Amino acid sequence: MAQELATQETSDIATTNGDANRRAMAFTPAVDIFERDDTTVIVADMPGVAPNDVDVTLERQVLTLRGKATPYAPEGYRALSSEYRVGDYIRVFTLSDEIDQDKINAAFKNGVLRLELPRSAETKPKKITVKAA
Amino acid sequence: MLQTTFSPMRTMDPFADMRRMQSAMNRLFDGTRTAGQPATYPAVNFWAGENSVLMTSELPGLTEDNIELTVQDTTLSIRANFPEPETGDDLVWHRRERVEGAFLRTIELPFRVDPERVDARFENGVLTVEMQRPDADKPKHIKIKAS
Repeated sequence: MAQELATQETSDIATTNGDANRRAMAFTPAVDIFERDDTTVIVADMPGVAPNDVDVTLERQVLTLRGKATPYAPEGYRALSSEYRVGDYIRVFTLSDEIDQDKINAAFKNGVLRLELPRSAETKPKKITVKAA
Repeated sequence: MLQTTFSPMRTMDPFADMRRMQSAMNRLFDGTRTAGQPATYPAVNFWAGENSVLMTSELPGLTEDNIELTVQDTTLSIRANFPEPETGDDLVWHRRERVEGAFLRTIELPFRVDPERVDARFENGVLTVEMQRPDADKPKHIKIKAS
C-alpha cells in the first residue's frame, strides 16, 4: 500500500524545493494505484517526458517519481493559444510495506510510467515464539 | 427635487461593475480543474506558422493507433478511447485519478487546411499535428500599377 507523503489535493502544481537550478514548475502526475496479490502497481501519467528522463528512487520507504519534461518550441512557430502548460512532474509516496528492491519492474511507454513493486518475503507475517524466562 | 444628471450621450451602465465581476469570476474558475478532469478534454496548445498551424495535446496512455484524427475545411476532430483499466476481483484500488473512457473534441481552425498535407505524430504521450494552408488560400501579393 502506498501513502502519499504530501497531500496536494488543493493544487496540481507542486513546487520543487531545494532544487534551485530548475525554476520550472512541477506538476503532480495523475496516478492509479492498485494492489494485486503481493504486488503494488503504480501507474503515473507523464506526457512529454522522454523515457530516459524518468527518474524513480526508493529510499527506505519513500518512493519518488520524477519526470523531466523538455520544453517544446517548434521552429518557425509562435505560440497562439495554450490550454495546458509543460513542466516537470514530481510525486512522493511513502510505502507501508517493505519492497523487494531487486524485483521492482518499471516501464515507460506513451507518456505513462508503470511501476510494479513486489512485497518482500520478510514482511509476510512471521510468528514470534515467546519463551518462558 | 432630486435631479439626475444622466447625459444621454454618456453610456452609464449600472450593471457594468457586476458584469466585470462576473467575468473576473469566470476567469478565476476557468483555470481550476476538478479531480484532474477539465471541462474540455483534451487541452490543446496552438502554434502559428507563416502558412501553417500546429497543434499539440497531451494524451498519455493512448497509442498512435487508437487516436482518430479528422480534418475537414476548418474543423479538426480528435476522438479516442482510453484502454480499459485493469479489472479483477483480486484487485484492490488505492487511487484512481487517471482519465478513462472516451472523448471527442472538435476544434475550429483559423483557416482552411489542406487535408493532404497534415502531418500528425505521437511521441511520449503528446500528439503533434501540423497543418498547412492550401496554396489557393494563401494571401496573394497584388502589384499596384501606376496609371
